[in-house]
Amino acid sequence: MVEIHDLHVRFHGASREAVAGIDLTIRDGEVVGLVGESGSGKTVTAMTLSGLIERKKVTLSGEVRFDGRDILRLPRAELRAIQGRELGVVFQEPMTAMDPLMRIGPQVEEALAVHTQLTKEQRRARALEALRDVDLPAPEEIYRKYPHECSGGQLQRVMIAAAIVTDPHLLLLDEPTTALDVTVQAQILALLRRLNRERGISMLLISHNLQVVRRICSRVAVMQRGHIVEEGTPEQLFTAPQHPYTAELINAIPRRVRRG
Amino acid sequence: MRKNTFLRVGLVLTALVVGFIVLGLFWTPYSPNAMDFSRLLPPSAAHPMGTDKFGRDILSRVMVGAGDTLLIALGTVAIGTVVGTLIGALTGWYGGWVDELLMRLNDALASFPSILILLVLVSLLGGGREHMTLALGIVFIPSYARIVRSEFARARTQNYVHSAELMGASTARILFVHILPNIWHTLVSAITIGFNNAVLAEAAMSYLSIGVSPDEASLGYMLSESQSMLDSAPWYALGTGAVIVLLILGVSLIGEGLQRGEN
Repeated sequence: MVEIHDLHVRFHGASREAVAGIDLTIRDGEVVGLVGESGSGKTVTAMTLSGLIERKKVTLSGEVRFDGRDILRLPRAELRAIQGRELGVVFQEPMTAMDPLMRIGPQVEEALAVHTQLTKEQRRARALEALRDVDLPAPEEIYRKYPHECSGGQLQRVMIAAAIVTDPHLLLLDEPTTALDVTVQAQILALLRRLNRERGISMLLISHNLQVVRRICSRVAVMQRGHIVEEGTPEQLFTAPQHPYTAELINAIPRRVRRG
Repeated sequence: MRKNTFLRVGLVLTALVVGFIVLGLFWTPYSPNAMDFSRLLPPSAAHPMGTDKFGRDILSRVMVGAGDTLLIALGTVAIGTVVGTLIGALTGWYGGWVDELLMRLNDALASFPSILILLVLVSLLGGGREHMTLALGIVFIPSYARIVRSEFARARTQNYVHSAELMGASTARILFVHILPNIWHTLVSAITIGFNNAVLAEAAMSYLSIGVSPDEASLGYMLSESQSMLDSAPWYALGTGAVIVLLILGVSLIGEGLQRGEN
């Protein structure tokens, strides 16, 4: 479904490559995690994959194949046809990722408005269905609200609803739980796991938090300074990390301290 | 809605002036250009604003003249806003050479005193209400373009705009469906300020007699006319000036009220 081959990304004027030749594959229905500290290149990888990267500001080489098409060399119009329809993206900050002056409903319908010929009523029905799918209680109510009237957890669900409303093949999740508190985090992760299981949507989950990745990913790639230094199942990484950086990340997870 | 005195007073004042103008379209106490021998009469029950040296009723003339002024100001702001927003949106969004080219043109236009550009434009286009409006509109474009450009440049990096991009929305859709409503409040204040500047600019132009033709008496034209009668008929200048002041004050208060309402 997604094949990244020898991808290099260098920002003009930067001293080193943000992404220095990585290979990564996401198979159908698979949930892959990409972890690393800030500056490791994971977000740049995601931006390149989603086509959001500004091509005139970077030097790109390698291949990013999405269902066989090379994202890096696709004309703008064809890229747009993929964005929002086959590829959904969920951002870290749900509060700022939504248009503050638009009601939730039309924002969830955005991809439908752009990509389909559905009527207003049909779009509304699909949007409400998507809002129900992400376990939002009273979707009709949420539909009419403005972003500032919703909580962060609600908005993150809305973002996911907006991303899945077109039945995409791949969901790109950039730190989807980082801005949320721990209980809401757990709910969102459960939701993502369910969407993967029920709808078979493949996902690329980007996080600096190994714990989050461990809960839903079947495979994890660890990035450091633009390279993928290790790749494997979460169990492999946690029980027998091969690279010192992976071990370091695991050690950075706070452990429960027994009282008394 | 919260109590908003600025907005209310502004709306009332503007409604009064506009009502006065609309009334003038259908009915005036006397024909605005009818002359008789009741010359230079001070305000009285028969002529609430007095008469000028040709015996014309000043109230009737102001009612019609204010309409011309309003039309010119609205037209000017419309041209400035629409074209300025288009230019600003494109340059702010695309940046690069498009930005450089259009903004340097903008700078060039803004670096001449506007009255000079107006003189050139009017002498090229000819006088009259429509040409005046066009000329003023062109002169107003740079300021709108600049304001809108900076707003679009700022919005370009906002997450909600990235989201829209990632939904596959076209550039036009992002610019005008997503960003424009979000910068609307900035544009509204620019529009109200621009409207007032347009009223004053029209007055100044007509005062210099490079504006409307004498038969389309605008407020500015009448002000310049009243100057020669300042000793014999001070009410002419006062009445005309008062209407300009009321119009500007009303619209300014609306702008102020809208801005305060946003916060």
